[in-house]
Amino acid sequence: MYSQGLNESNLASAETPEFLAEFQARIDADEKIEPNDPMPQAYRQTLIRQIGQHAHSEIVGMLPEANWLTRAPTLRRKTALLAKVQDEGGHGLYLYSAAETLGISREQMTEELLAGKAKYSSIFNYPTLSWADMGAIGWLVDGAAIMNQVPLCRCSYGPYARAMVRICKEESFHQRQGYELMISLCNGTTAQKDMAQDSLNRWWWPSLMMFGPSDSDSLHSDQSRLWKIKRFTNDELRQKFVDATVKQAQHLGLEIPDPQLAWNENKNDGAGGYDFGEIDWDEFWRVVKGHGPLNRERIAARTKAWEEGAWVREAALAYAEKQKSANTDPNNLAQKVS
Amino acid sequence: MQSAALPTAESDARFIQLVRLADDHLILGHRLSEWCGHAPMLEEDLAMPNIALDLLGQARALYSHAGIIENKDRDEDALAYRRLEREYTNLLMCERPNGDFAHTMLRQLFFSVFMKHYWLSGESSSDPVVAALASKAQKESDYHVRHCAQWVIRLGDGTDESAARLAKALQALTPYLHELFESDSVTQTNGDVGFLPEPSTMQTRWRADIDTIFDLAKLCLPSVENLLTQGKSGGRQGLHSESMGFLLAELQFLQRTYPNMQW
Amino acid sequence: MSTSSVTPLWEVFIRPRNGLAHRHCGSLHAADAQMALQAARDVYTRRGEGQSIWVVPSSNIVASDPSASAAFFDPADDKIYRHPTFYDIPDDVGHM
Repeated sequence: MYSQGLNESNLASAETPEFLAEFQARIDADEKIEPNDPMPQAYRQTLIRQIGQHAHSEIVGMLPEANWLTRAPTLRRKTALLAKVQDEGGHGLYLYSAAETLGISREQMTEELLAGKAKYSSIFNYPTLSWADMGAIGWLVDGAAIMNQVPLCRCSYGPYARAMVRICKEESFHQRQGYELMISLCNGTTAQKDMAQDSLNRWWWPSLMMFGPSDSDSLHSDQSRLWKIKRFTNDELRQKFVDATVKQAQHLGLEIPDPQLAWNENKNDGAGGYDFGEIDWDEFWRVVKGHGPLNRERIAARTKAWEEGAWVREAALAYAEKQKSANTDPNNLAQKVS
Repeated sequence: MQSAALPTAESDARFIQLVRLADDHLILGHRLSEWCGHAPMLEEDLAMPNIALDLLGQARALYSHAGIIENKDRDEDALAYRRLEREYTNLLMCERPNGDFAHTMLRQLFFSVFMKHYWLSGESSSDPVVAALASKAQKESDYHVRHCAQWVIRLGDGTDESAARLAKALQALTPYLHELFESDSVTQTNGDVGFLPEPSTMQTRWRADIDTIFDLAKLCLPSVENLLTQGKSGGRQGLHSESMGFLLAELQFLQRTYPNMQW
Repeated sequence: MSTSSVTPLWEVFIRPRNGLAHRHCGSLHAADAQMALQAARDVYTRRGEGQSIWVVPSSNIVASDPSASAAFFDPADDKIYRHPTFYDIPDDVGHM
């Protein structure tokens, strides 16, 4: 997305108060910001950080589910899961591309991830211990992701918004395939239903943590909302997720592992909503800071793929270089436009 | 069902060969899916599952049709998941652990070039279900060949390291080529009645395609005679490598641990 | 990492079906044009989105400068005589 066509002089816009006010006015008028447009450095950095984290989450997020690809119990489930994990790779790719329009390369972002400098959604540091986890991830983790992502389709930065439109369209099957899988388990034997309940027990709280720290502790929320990078607060989205999910759990006949969960008719401006228990923020920060169950293993797996893939990428580049210097075949030109 | 009208020996031969093909596709698709999330570049994390999904789709269609011909109430999953190791009859090449990217791509190229020609011939099968399946699978194999050939050429003519790795992969895979073209009473019966072509008749076309690609990849394949007469065998009789047991342990894990459940 | 090991970026344009124009749908990384085409197929047409693909090295895109957009585009705003509604034709003449 044109990152290499970026006009260098625009990268260092003089950030006079007039410039900042003009920029904010464009945002307030719901204008989209496009790659080459002048933008405050902080806007650019916020986007690079957020889109990068989002992309990394998709990429690291392939691992917990890929863990069950070879053990899927039927061919139908196996193909659905493979298509889903593949989609996540695609979503990472779209997002890296969107970030690249801001003047950072995929290689740079990858290195930041592998060096532990970039964050990703901490939910992917939890292990997938049973087949039911494939259902719980689709249902809860993708469900939570959708809550986050749908508003991002209207984000002020054009390439990010466009990537999110594509992602949301593709993701609509992810949550359904997860929930359908849970239905099969819950309609099955006791052993299957126990598997499903155990999985919900393990994924419920980490799913709530996916929305990030509480609004009172969130570093970036206010400015991001002003810039329309983010449209709702963490707590608003979390509440929306709980309200939507409780009914789905009831339909499955599963119990949400929160004794404090209770309907409160005064919530959501009188529309009603669920009160729920306090998230274990110590655990949240522990995992965010790299001490979750599988932080090291996830990064190690990505590092291994990156390092062991280096010779492949180098070979492709070396071949391209050789072809470039030897390319005098007019037939090659004819193929280019068709 | 048409199988009822067929003499037993003939319907047995059909079943056996469909399951062989299905096993090839299932086991290779399974292996390929192991790459998902671990590929050398993100674009390839999309490309390899695309191939794997095609292979698994073909496996499903083949198992389903085999089950109908067998007429013993076994569906795709009964065949894919609930047999003993000795009853899986895939090519040994397909079950080999993935190795590095060069090994995976070269194996896929060998297999896909074969299947492309096999399905092309299969389009004129006397069985309309097989003919339709072949016509769809042929297009898929065609793309697999393009993708794998692209990589094999780039690895062969890329860096010293990639060329060395590709040469090593060729050495490792050569003994498994012979099995692709193996014929026996099953393939003969099916060839005679026009159900599915004899694998051995693919040899010339396969060789010509591989030679063209290898030329660009600066690789050299051993002579035809060696390929035909030497090499590993046993997959079609269910005699596998030691790695097969572990593959099946994963593949069958849930079906074995929790028998007779719906998933 | 040396800059030489950076895989080039490509822009992908897809024609959803014949009769429609190719439309920009995203980008990807590939070492050369053939690989870019195949990657575009694998990444951007998984759900039957395309009948034809163009790929272009991102570095070959020449983009207009947003700071010149006023000079480039605003002058067209008031040339209303280029639009059919600028001209009055009596109703009884019929559609024109």
